[in-house]
Amino acid sequence: MTKLLIPALLSALIVGCSSTPVDETSGAPVESRNGSSGVASVTAGGLDSRGLPRELTDPKSQLSQRSIYFDLDKYDVKPEYQDLVAAHAKYLVTNRGFKVLIQGNTDERGSREYNLSLGQKRADAVKRSLVMLGAKEEQVESVSLGEEKPKNPGHDDAAWAENRRADILYRAPDGRGEF
Amino acid sequence: MPQFFRKFLVLLALLAAAGAHAQLSIEITGAGANRIPVAIANFAGDSAAAQVVASTVRSDLERSGLFKLIDPAGATLDENAPVNFADWKGRGADALAAGSVSRGPDGRMQARFRLYDTQKQVALGGAVYVTGPEQLRAAGHRIADYIYEKLTGEKGFFSTRIAYVVKSGGQFKLQIADADGQNAATALSSTDPIISPVWSPDGTKVAYVSFEKKKPVIYVHSLASGQRQVVANFKGSNSAPAWSPDGRKLAIVLSKDGNSQIYSVNADGSGVQRLSQSAGIDTEPRYSPDGSAIYFTSDRGGSPQVYRMGANGGDAQRVTFEGSYNVSPRPSPDGKTLAFISRRDGRFQLAVMDLASKQVQILTDSVKDESPSFAPNGRMILIATEIGGRGVLTAVSSDGRIKQRLSVAGGDVREPAWGPFNP
Repeated sequence: MTKLLIPALLSALIVGCSSTPVDETSGAPVESRNGSSGVASVTAGGLDSRGLPRELTDPKSQLSQRSIYFDLDKYDVKPEYQDLVAAHAKYLVTNRGFKVLIQGNTDERGSREYNLSLGQKRADAVKRSLVMLGAKEEQVESVSLGEEKPKNPGHDDAAWAENRRADILYRAPDGRGEF
Repeated sequence: MPQFFRKFLVLLALLAAAGAHAQLSIEITGAGANRIPVAIANFAGDSAAAQVVASTVRSDLERSGLFKLIDPAGATLDENAPVNFADWKGRGADALAAGSVSRGPDGRMQARFRLYDTQKQVALGGAVYVTGPEQLRAAGHRIADYIYEKLTGEKGFFSTRIAYVVKSGGQFKLQIADADGQNAATALSSTDPIISPVWSPDGTKVAYVSFEKKKPVIYVHSLASGQRQVVANFKGSNSAPAWSPDGRKLAIVLSKDGNSQIYSVNADGSGVQRLSQSAGIDTEPRYSPDGSAIYFTSDRGGSPQVYRMGANGGDAQRVTFEGSYNVSPRPSPDGKTLAFISRRDGRFQLAVMDLASKQVQILTDSVKDESPSFAPNGRMILIATEIGGRGVLTAVSSDGRIKQRLSVAGGDVREPAWGPFNP
């Protein structure tokens, strides 16, 4: 989720645009790539490669923190995440065109179907906090992935703790974004 | 439990014949206390075909744990050959099957057999099954079903099918196989998870939850045509389908109105009705076999437990009380037993409850049992479990004495569902 910002790439793009016409097939140093390279492509105007404001993806911004972690069998948002949830609520209040998808997750233990419902409860808890703090109902959708998409594929306490989680995904008014 | 059954291990060399990587291999541990000694003579006729049929019959009966196979010592007997009862009795066989396989004038194969009681020295019956040349094993399963029913008084399950999901290299495959894990065919491939397959009562369709739309959506999939229909795709999660015994409705779980709650829906997706009303999680509905009640999992009492309500909703009664986590209820086909998964000291194990006495018995000593599913005769329970970090299927007899493991080379197997009797 977090992206590294490479200013050099950004300046390369700006230079490319302001200088003599560039053959687009000639290998200009701009590409869209996600995954293991650790390089996020950035376009001008303060948007990242998915069309989201850098405020939401810059690791220095609190809003780039998108995960809320839960205790075993629990679905209440713990006090240490209240600030983070409040920051996201504030963003949604000031940016009414933006939407978020909350994905609830669980660890791998127990019933898949019960975990699907538990993940939904976790996503709903985050949604409820956002709405209570001023986000509009229609800005927030909550879904569950249950235990089906573990972020950490391990089978120990550390992996399980990392997988008991709700993630906040953003979508810009133009439909671009993370979901 | 393992101490009171004699432990033996039979590895069936089924993989060698099968080839395809998704075939299940089977391992049996444990056996019933009083196994019926039975001899299956080599069948006469087309020798290659006869061997397929006879060996299918033998491995089916062996796998059930209810029979002790007596070595026929090379004897080949067709269904009309005279039987030396004293000789077979002397070898320890209480029952004997003899038969033949031949090609009929239409090119189809005819498998005939007769079953004898060596004690009473009488024929118990016989039949002829006609199949295509590539379906000889199906004839073997039919013969094994016949023998099973004659000797135990219960219908056999060897001709039934199972569904399960294999995860391998980021791919999820919903597979349909014979009850012995052979003849696996892929009904659906997806890069997104597939969970909770359930067979329609007539065995022609499977309902399941697929994440291909990036969220859980319920489909009904016709196996013969591959045609798929969305049954529920509401806002939020759509999951945990269960067929009503008449096949006209599904109980499902939706989060469209807030919490996960139980609804019913017609099999074509129309007529959604809310059945449960709670402030917590209600999920994993299953109809009782007579269709009058629904068992389900709910955390309304503070921890996930099994409850029961009328098929049209209404008041629910709590069914499980021991422990802090009892989920995935599945009533047996006769409605007398409930299988479920119980967490004990952090281990998730298959449990059964006698519904009349409320007596609970833990049937496994595993750590991560999931998704129990009764064989249609109620004798075995198929579960997903984990061995060495890999998902495998295990069939456990409903008294816990017999266990068969089914695993797929190179894949994680989960979410088993045992299909109904063949029509």
